[in-house]
Amino acid sequence: MAIDPKKHEMPTQEPAVRARNFKEVALGYEEDVAVAEALRCLNCKNKPCVSGCPVNIRIPEFIAKIKEGDFEAAYQIISTTSSLPAVCGRVCPQETQCEQKCTLGIRFEPVAIGRLERFVADWHNAHSTEAPAAAPANGHRVAVVGSGPSGLTCAGDLAKKGYKVTVYEALHTAGGVLVYGIPEFRLPKTIVAKEVDTLKSLGVDVETNVVIGKTLTVDELFDMGYEAVFIGSGAGLPNFMNIPGEAYKGVYSANEFLTRSNLMKAYKDEPDTPIMKGGKVAVVGGGNVAMDAARTALRLGAEKVYIVYRRSMDELPARREEVEHAEEEGIEFRLLTNPVEILGYNNENDPRDAKNGFVTSIKCIKMQLGEPDEKGRRRPVPIAGSEFTLDVDVVIMAIGTSPNPLIKNTTNGLEVNSHGGIIVNEGGLTSRASVYAGGDAVTGAATVISAMGAGKIAAKSIDEYLSAKN
Amino acid sequence: MYKIVTKKSLNPTVTQMEIEAPLVANKAKAGQFIILRVDEEGERIPLTVAGTDKQNGTVKIIFQIVGATTEKLNHKNQGEYIQDFVGPLGVATHIEGLKNVCGVGGGVGCAIAMPVAQALHAQGAKVTSIIGFRNKDLLILEDEFKACSDKLVVMTDDGSYGRHGNVTVPLKEMLEAGEKFDMIITIGPLIMMKFVVAAAKPFGVPVTASMNPIMIDGTGMCGGCRLTLNQDGKKVTKFACVDGPDFNGYEIDFDEAMSRGRTYFDFERKAHEKACNLFKGVD
Repeated sequence: MAIDPKKHEMPTQEPAVRARNFKEVALGYEEDVAVAEALRCLNCKNKPCVSGCPVNIRIPEFIAKIKEGDFEAAYQIISTTSSLPAVCGRVCPQETQCEQKCTLGIRFEPVAIGRLERFVADWHNAHSTEAPAAAPANGHRVAVVGSGPSGLTCAGDLAKKGYKVTVYEALHTAGGVLVYGIPEFRLPKTIVAKEVDTLKSLGVDVETNVVIGKTLTVDELFDMGYEAVFIGSGAGLPNFMNIPGEAYKGVYSANEFLTRSNLMKAYKDEPDTPIMKGGKVAVVGGGNVAMDAARTALRLGAEKVYIVYRRSMDELPARREEVEHAEEEGIEFRLLTNPVEILGYNNENDPRDAKNGFVTSIKCIKMQLGEPDEKGRRRPVPIAGSEFTLDVDVVIMAIGTSPNPLIKNTTNGLEVNSHGGIIVNEGGLTSRASVYAGGDAVTGAATVISAMGAGKIAAKSIDEYLSAKN
Repeated sequence: MYKIVTKKSLNPTVTQMEIEAPLVANKAKAGQFIILRVDEEGERIPLTVAGTDKQNGTVKIIFQIVGATTEKLNHKNQGEYIQDFVGPLGVATHIEGLKNVCGVGGGVGCAIAMPVAQALHAQGAKVTSIIGFRNKDLLILEDEFKACSDKLVVMTDDGSYGRHGNVTVPLKEMLEAGEKFDMIITIGPLIMMKFVVAAAKPFGVPVTASMNPIMIDGTGMCGGCRLTLNQDGKKVTKFACVDGPDFNGYEIDFDEAMSRGRTYFDFERKAHEKACNLFKGVD
């Protein structure tokens, strides 16, 4: 049988329809499509895809089970190495990981590994009624700080080995960036909740509303009897550009805008938490967070949404798929453009004018690409005299985040680098004995899957450390 | 879920509750705050800790019924539960080494000024308290302030109780009479704090102001609570939730803070009306 050179297409909601709702964009494969896609896998000897996966999912093995139509068995294979398959199948950048290494990809399009992973996880969630059983307890207790992807992965891996794990979450809902950051239309919150429930049935305790560094310190966790602590507190603090006008009403960090919409459900009708809807919106930045913010603004009813990015499309760091989706939905990309000032309404004659202090426009300058910087990316340089203004009501700064210092400031002997990232060795161990860390708290803002990989490595190290203590 | 252990109305618009939250009670210091949600779909609102009972594991909060969330919270009764309660957040008020302090509180801000005054009193400082209210009916915590203050001045805008006028009047009098405060700590409406700073300025007395901007997470994640400080001619952005809530009063851009505080004015007004109408049906 000849191999289909192309991946089976992912069915999606029509752009014009989805641009105005918060339902998931990608609809997922049907069973017959999944089997047909699985049949494209050559089951090659070297399995390069596995090495391309930060958590080393046994990809050809689970795909072989799909070929047989045994979807539950496929799920069981994935779940031996991944705690969050339904999440990864949706948000992983497979094009730069497993799929990039796929042997089939040398001549044709690679196997749609991510879509198959998602299919298997969704199939399991829809059909399986049995909660996974907790492993026999080994008597050791571990505390995990933060319930984002690294924390959940670390907790899951340790729980499967019989550790009694407690996950501490500062917010009122578990999931970290999966619930406050990534929008519903890309990752439905019911899926995150389901993954958290799976961990709970493995015996993991999740304590929300506990801010480590405030409510409890890392030292107190040891006093409470935990033998190791994993810090997966994420990259908390949003960066601003430090240009004039950032204090005007209508200027948000992407974190704030997305948290209001996602975690606080401001996208619903008559929400308790307000958000500025409608009007014209400029999102500054070119990463996945910028795409999420822009597409969220559109769905909240914006008449026009711009992405303002200082480099060109080639350097734009967001996933291709997200950029294409955003373009299809009508988001306008203003590339090689950089904001220099945000302008606001100010009625000199009437200080009580209700419009005072709200954003009216953003002043930008055109850029051109100059010499490459130390990372090899061509540095954007302003073109003198090219300033212009865009009329907008809302400006969303999506230019990255810095690690949250709350834990560093309250934990003696925890060393951080110049960016505030916690310093760890290759096993995830920090400068403090028995304290491990991973994810954005270490690297600064990165991807869900790299955080999961770090959680996995730390879990392995913690297991080796605590089993040697016996 | 967090139990409302006691509930007491301090005046028609201000309510005091003690919430069972042992971990928070164990840690909270004067000047820190908590964030709560009343119910599953509720918004997160910050409230400053008004006191703790470590033995019973409770945290005292005092709130003014100003919007939909505080309206809903006020309709919860003793023995009922609220959805979420997290803290203590922010940095405690720096009181170490202070020997002669004037606390200036306005309205429900007095609820925050009180634990600071108590902590100062407990460390042996001389405490002068000036507390101001719109009228006699809105007066709260007079006895509590009496107990921890060497001198207490109560002001009302309409003269219906205590002295007639605003809090800066007695403050100026004391400063002009040569009172040497180490520090003035002010907590209340932004406009009041702005005028307290203006009153203190000619005398060079340091002023600490407690800010209460719009917040979501309270851990530095959203940046919604940012404010601008003018430090040596340079504008510096700070997050009230992690860098504050206390700041050097002389550095705060109060006008900007007032403007930002009104971001959701229309939304909040409508939401409050809706909540009131909802409860009218129930009551």
